[in-house]
Amino acid sequence: MKKTVLVGALALAGLSAGVASAGTLDDVKARGTLNCGVNTGLTGFANPSASGEWEGFDVAICRAVAAAVLSDATAIEFIPTTGKTRFTALASGEIDMLARNTTWTFTRDVDLKFEFVGVNYYDGQGFMVPKELGVSSAKELDGATVCIQTGTTTELNLADFFRANNISYEPVPVETDNEAQQQYLAGACDTYTTDASGLAAVRATFESPGDHILLPEIISKEPLGPLVRHGDNEWGDVVRWTLNALISAEELGVTSANIEELSGGTNNPEINRLLGTEGSLGEMLGLDGEWAKRAIMAGGNYGELFEKNIGEATPIGLARGLNAQWTNGGLLYSPPFR
Amino acid sequence: MSDTHFVRNQMVEEQDPPAATTGVAGWLRENLFSSVSNSILTLLSLAFVYWLLAQALPWIVSPTWHAESLTECREIIAELGYGGACWGIIRERWLQFMFGFYPAELYWRVVLDFLLLAVALAPVLFTNLPRKMLYFSAIYPFLMPWLLWGGTIWNPIVVALGFVIGFYAQRLLKPSIGELAATIAAFVLPIIWWLFVAGPVADALASVLPLSIQAVESRNFGGYMLSITIGVVAIALSLPIGILLALGRQSDLLIVRSLSVGFIEFIRGVPLITLLFVASTLLNIFMPPGTDFDIILRVIIMVTLFASAYMAEVIRGGLAALPRGQYEAADALGLDFWMAQRLIIMPQALKISIPGIVSTFIGVFKDTTLVSIIGLLDPLGLSRAILADSAWNGIVWEIYGFIAVMFFIFCFSMSRYSMYLERKLQTGHR
Amino acid sequence: MSTMTDPPKESFKLGMLIYDTRYRSITIQIVALIGFLILAGWLINNTVHNLAVLGKPIDFGFLNDPAGYDINQRLIDYNSQNSHWRAAFVGLLNTLLVALLGCITATIVGVVVGVLRLSNNWLIARLMTIYVEIFRNVPVLLWIVFTMAILIETLPAPRDFRGENPEASMMLFDSVALTNRGVYIPEPLFSRGLGDLPILPDRASDACAVPEDGGPVSDACGVFQVSLDMLLILAVLGAGLYVSGLIRKRADRIQNETGDRPTTWHYRLGVVAIPLLIVLVLLGFHVGLPALKGFNFQGGIHLRNSLIALWLALSLYTAAFIAEIVRAGILAISKGQTEAAAALGLRPNRIMSMVILPQALRVIIPPLISQYLNLTKNSSLAIAVGYMDLTGTLMGITLNQTGRELETVLMGMLVYLSISLSISAAMNLYNQRVKLVER
Repeated sequence: MKKTVLVGALALAGLSAGVASAGTLDDVKARGTLNCGVNTGLTGFANPSASGEWEGFDVAICRAVAAAVLSDATAIEFIPTTGKTRFTALASGEIDMLARNTTWTFTRDVDLKFEFVGVNYYDGQGFMVPKELGVSSAKELDGATVCIQTGTTTELNLADFFRANNISYEPVPVETDNEAQQQYLAGACDTYTTDASGLAAVRATFESPGDHILLPEIISKEPLGPLVRHGDNEWGDVVRWTLNALISAEELGVTSANIEELSGGTNNPEINRLLGTEGSLGEMLGLDGEWAKRAIMAGGNYGELFEKNIGEATPIGLARGLNAQWTNGGLLYSPPFR
Repeated sequence: MSDTHFVRNQMVEEQDPPAATTGVAGWLRENLFSSVSNSILTLLSLAFVYWLLAQALPWIVSPTWHAESLTECREIIAELGYGGACWGIIRERWLQFMFGFYPAELYWRVVLDFLLLAVALAPVLFTNLPRKMLYFSAIYPFLMPWLLWGGTIWNPIVVALGFVIGFYAQRLLKPSIGELAATIAAFVLPIIWWLFVAGPVADALASVLPLSIQAVESRNFGGYMLSITIGVVAIALSLPIGILLALGRQSDLLIVRSLSVGFIEFIRGVPLITLLFVASTLLNIFMPPGTDFDIILRVIIMVTLFASAYMAEVIRGGLAALPRGQYEAADALGLDFWMAQRLIIMPQALKISIPGIVSTFIGVFKDTTLVSIIGLLDPLGLSRAILADSAWNGIVWEIYGFIAVMFFIFCFSMSRYSMYLERKLQTGHR
Repeated sequence: MSTMTDPPKESFKLGMLIYDTRYRSITIQIVALIGFLILAGWLINNTVHNLAVLGKPIDFGFLNDPAGYDINQRLIDYNSQNSHWRAAFVGLLNTLLVALLGCITATIVGVVVGVLRLSNNWLIARLMTIYVEIFRNVPVLLWIVFTMAILIETLPAPRDFRGENPEASMMLFDSVALTNRGVYIPEPLFSRGLGDLPILPDRASDACAVPEDGGPVSDACGVFQVSLDMLLILAVLGAGLYVSGLIRKRADRIQNETGDRPTTWHYRLGVVAIPLLIVLVLLGFHVGLPALKGFNFQGGIHLRNSLIALWLALSLYTAAFIAEIVRAGILAISKGQTEAAAALGLRPNRIMSMVILPQALRVIIPPLISQYLNLTKNSSLAIAVGYMDLTGTLMGITLNQTGRELETVLMGMLVYLSISLSISAAMNLYNQRVKLVER
């Protein structure tokens, strides 16, 4: 049959597909696009809009990095990844960075050979129950049926929590947030457990959010952050300091509204260094002086991104909590730009 | 002699058959109420159908087409007073379901591509069309990827040139270096061309005469377009591989046969989802360092391998259905193996296999939903991404229903067509 | 006079490897083999190199580490501290369970539907056609997800069983509860049970250590537990059936010799039932009923939703294909067979079951085998509903938690391959037997 030719076409495509060079940063610049791994769909963190644009809090980090490196916040290929495919996609070089609400753990960092560049959301695993169940603490959940997403750290935390408290439970593993929600609302599970941010986001979309409560126990630490491959420190630095730039910008009061004005030069030397009017921090990263300015202008500083995607004004309505600046009693603490 | 007649000498007027055996009543009695048990079954089925429709119809007929979010739907439904569907999501996202993230201004390329596919397939399937259309069928495999992926037109042209080189190598070299060497050259030269020459030549031509259309990354493929692309490309590619495997499986050569059997049985013995796991997690590990196929190409490769094993079995069935006399007649004419295959065996075997090929295609097309498990945005995968939009979070049935109905329409029409072909081919063959 | 001389022996020339048909086939095979070996070597070489770069040499040691996750549906003892091996084995048993249940149900439904499609009741025949077309033309993954959604949304939650005027109640004298968490049915219990027999006990493991308070050794000791009660019951049942078979043979012999068949059904029933009853009473058999306690029903056997959804969806989907196979098989039997059977005075039901179906089986069985294989392979879609089969444990959570893609996926593929090959081998054996009987 004539269609054999497609084999040739594919072989050709395979050969012309780029051969990785030493540094991811050079690759990204040469390619002109950033390949960023995101969630296949998580309310508030990553989802495609009706026009096919990806949006969300994790997506915004990708956009900031693309703006810093490529001067174009839209020069990104978003690669949706599942819990199973995310690490291989990163390890094999298919994506340059992963911003997919991924928990920073020892084994992922050391054994799987990844480098977490920071934390963009401090989360913890919580429980949501219907009010009418009359439960006020997770320790009263003896014998309960628990809906849980597979492929995450949450199922290990859950097993540990119930084991440590010596109470029994029945896990109901589900593939996606939507299925969990469906089962939970129909009463097929007594409680739904996942990251507290996810629970709040899910509850906000219920028909009557008031009928459901989040239990006070947070049974794990879930620092979620972007990650890159081990061993490519130049690229790791770029992503790390882009994230830090967003956090510092909020701390220093640099917003997408006043950044033009501030980049004319200010009295605060740290703002000047951040925005490239003083010193040569950008050049040290292998970028130009205005990298951080572009990253901030892509969507705003950390606080603006938070408010726009998951903050209290959105249907998701998350409070800053742990994710407030250290000056406001939160954990966000960017190392200084010096 | 009395004039009493004991024999009727006049025809009786034709009477209508009993009312109970004709018309509606007769039909009902014959087909629905022929016995007590049949009547009970009929009544039960009627009750079931009524119950089903009473549940489904009010839900389907729900005036929520223009709703902008689930909350708005809920308000409309609350006024309605009974449970209804929320169709606003389909209105807002149906283009995404069809084309994924393909650029909206380029949708015409996809539509044109699949229309041309029908044109290219027509002369293969309908024998009464002009034979000249087969030339288009020959061009189409090069045209199709170019229209979908875009880029410079020189790429498909240089790839096609490889086949031309192979063809002429066989033709021109045969007198000078003998048939066998010419055949070997016909295989080796194109491979050398594709591997080492084609890329630079295409680049050179593109720089001289830049004829190109906007390139689209395969990551932007999604929705039904992705399913159809994977299905069509995999089936098209699996056909030649399947033919080779089927011949290998029938071969007398022990090693060739065991390799073919091993491959076929291995692929048919494992679930497609494990092959997709290989595509998503392992294929890059098997390739030389630095090669980076994107995920859709990797999936196409694995689905092609999967389809080839099934195709091989379909074609083996076609080969087995040929009478032994055909092989012997070909031998008696002094044709060598490849000529016999090309001129006698394959045309007949493939014709018999067409219905099987179509049903393999339907199977592969349905199985493309599995790619959602490894994070590709086929209709099912896309639905999860769309439901993460806080405006629609919480919808279940509408989306699944929409996807299922679309699949049903595609697959049902294809299966009906294959049944029609089967009937047509059967009368031709026997 | 002529002398016979051997034709001059051709000396071997290199060209003969290609041009002489005697050698050419060998040449082709060797070339194919070398090509294959080069390809395989290339792939392995790439893999080794890439894994070395990633710093993840092939190592199956991780399978001995504690899995760390819980599995709800399990046929053998398992907890989160057991190894990944055991988790994989639990998954494998779940795969086999759903495949077995699915094949049985699919066959029954498929045969019924296939026969009904040829029914002379117009409505029934049409409904069956609609059923077959709808199920065949929508992907099985959608059906699985759909069935799960229907179960979840339509059945009552356990909390609906609570209160003064519950919205839902248990069925069949309060012995069966249909909930959207699954179906609870009564379980057999033995008050004077014989306990379990640990197979392959591992003295080194914590589970086999005698507890400090001197209590019995934990249930999790040993790789498997075999219930002695069940063994005993099966043994008694088997012996009863064997004796019953002997009685039947004797009846056959008497019938052959004398033409009269002695009435033996009460003996045959007796030798099976009475010893069984005695054993059950001795073991203290009673039925454990499910009852609502706390959040869930306790007691009884819990058939989880995920299992039921997967089972139903797979059987209904496969049944649509089996129905077509059965229909084609029946249509392949010539009309004369039906007419001949009718001429003998058989009723339509008996014609179908005694004349048509046995003959149709020969046509039906080969494609039926491949449907069984498909069902088994499709059971790997269990992850869509959270049923923890082999794909969910070994190639799912274990893969995620350990990051060992190569090892887990290859192992999973090998297991599926061996299941498939053994099913086809077993069915081919059966097929050959059917064929021999025919001739």
